[in-house]
Amino acid sequence: MSAGLVLAGASYRYAGALGAALAAVDLRLEPGRVVGVAGANESGKSTLCLVVAGLAPSVIGGRLDGSVRIDGVETAATRPHELAQRCGLLFQNASTQLSNTTATVLEEVAFGPCNLGLPAAEVVERVWWALRAVGIEPLAPRDPARLSGGQGQLVALASVLALRPSYLVLDEPTSELDPAGTRLVAEALARIAGETGAGILLVEHKTEVLAHIADDVVVLERGTVALSGPAAEVLADPRLVELGVEPPAQVRLERAVRAAGLEWSAALAEAIE
Amino acid sequence: MTAAGSPAGSAAWGSTAAVPSIELEVVSFAYPDGTRALSDVGLRIEAGESVAIVGQNGSGKSTLVRHLNGLLRPTAGRVLLDGRDVRRIHVARLAGLVGLAFQNPDRQLFASRVSAEVAFGPRNLGIRGPELDERVQAALADTGLGAEAATNPYDLGYSRRKLLALASVLAMRTPILVLDEPTTGQDARGVARVRDVVARAAGEGRTVIAISHDMRFVAESFRRVVVMREGRVVLAGAPDVVFGEAAWPELGAAYLEPPLAAVAGARLGLGATPTESAFVTAVGRRRGGATAGGAGAE
Repeated sequence: MSAGLVLAGASYRYAGALGAALAAVDLRLEPGRVVGVAGANESGKSTLCLVVAGLAPSVIGGRLDGSVRIDGVETAATRPHELAQRCGLLFQNASTQLSNTTATVLEEVAFGPCNLGLPAAEVVERVWWALRAVGIEPLAPRDPARLSGGQGQLVALASVLALRPSYLVLDEPTSELDPAGTRLVAEALARIAGETGAGILLVEHKTEVLAHIADDVVVLERGTVALSGPAAEVLADPRLVELGVEPPAQVRLERAVRAAGLEWSAALAEAIE
Repeated sequence: MTAAGSPAGSAAWGSTAAVPSIELEVVSFAYPDGTRALSDVGLRIEAGESVAIVGQNGSGKSTLVRHLNGLLRPTAGRVLLDGRDVRRIHVARLAGLVGLAFQNPDRQLFASRVSAEVAFGPRNLGIRGPELDERVQAALADTGLGAEAATNPYDLGYSRRKLLALASVLAMRTPILVLDEPTTGQDARGVARVRDVVARAAGEGRTVIAISHDMRFVAESFRRVVVMREGRVVLAGAPDVVFGEAAWPELGAAYLEPPLAAVAGARLGLGATPTESAFVTAVGRRRGGATAGGAGAE
């Protein structure tokens, strides 16, 4: 009845800021679904992540109006450590996510589950599951401080996955990944949503990823929802470009061919599948 | 045309002769923990070339470019600028030759005002007064940060901190510009700004080297693509070669994928179409060719 992560008229202002970073945002994330978030830089995507995950205002202060509920419970009335178990948040900058206290990737990914007080066997099981999900088992013995940017990002993601929260809020999880890594993470997220029933809020500039795995897409503009709806519709919306969002390559190619006054044939459509 | 050969147009870096060539001679590098990051890398980059370095995460791209400004020293082999070993070039001189914008801007930024951040580099090169101001203004304008001169860098979002890191390097006006994943986290406008920065620097005859996972940006903005895998250079050439069908197996082995325009062009038998505009042109040529052939004109 109340399952789902629901924002209703949610507005948020950072402490000391004059204007609202988010204004009257409505958003619904059901278990097992993937909702993509796109928008120009500084349109409020990262703020939305903080608000959805309950870090704003409970940890970083500021003022929240409206309602943010996780499975029926207002985040503003929930303690941070309880929120952390319901909703996992991956920061945009992976190096701010890693604990800097562990000697190996294995321990880094185990850090969260250990803090949940889980039995050792379950911690181990979860750590290897998470490493496998993002394809980085070979990195297990490595020093987290000596990884490449993209490897660090995968470790940070595995660390969040290992917490097995009901909801995952991921702020550009593939930004530093190579194309193969991006595909791997996208497929892992789709699988996690399908198999574990986790609801995933995914901020992504790579609209190809959203076209591939998102059920719905929300486009933000200056803190408000400018577009929202089924992924295929939103990603083909002509207003996307003026909202500072690059349409997926498929959409761009079709548009470019038509703009040159050429027919968009079935053969062309097939070639970009 | 009467003044052919006159250096008048190339003000800031003297002439293109001031842009050194880069040569890596069988460079290998291992980090102190034993991780081998580069193995026998040989690579020559001529003055004024624009080169993209692509490869899987952890393939050694960032390690490679950190050898260009002396941040890392090869475990074996040599890095030469115009034939001179960078070990023998004073750090201050090297800083004036090679500007490197880091992948993670937070490793680079430290000042409390955006303008001070951008002024830091050129000031250390001895630039003062109106020229310093002019450089700061120009770098901020190029990165779209003109209105943020007085802002604290940490009040900017991640994407604009990355543009600020880029501005800080641009202001040094080094003949060699090295950008580590400059489009990461940028929206469409941010990517367009980075593309303009690359085009302008290349147009001025500077050498531009960028690491990127964005194959569309790579195909559109660079003349040469260097593919790395497990610390080695495995493929190098123009975008139409590296993203051409014949190279796909090698690309796949490096965990890379060509841009969709290249894939679609190959599927349709249009030849090499690494960029979207090349794809549209090739589609138009085929249609036009068919029509013209039908009319008996060609």
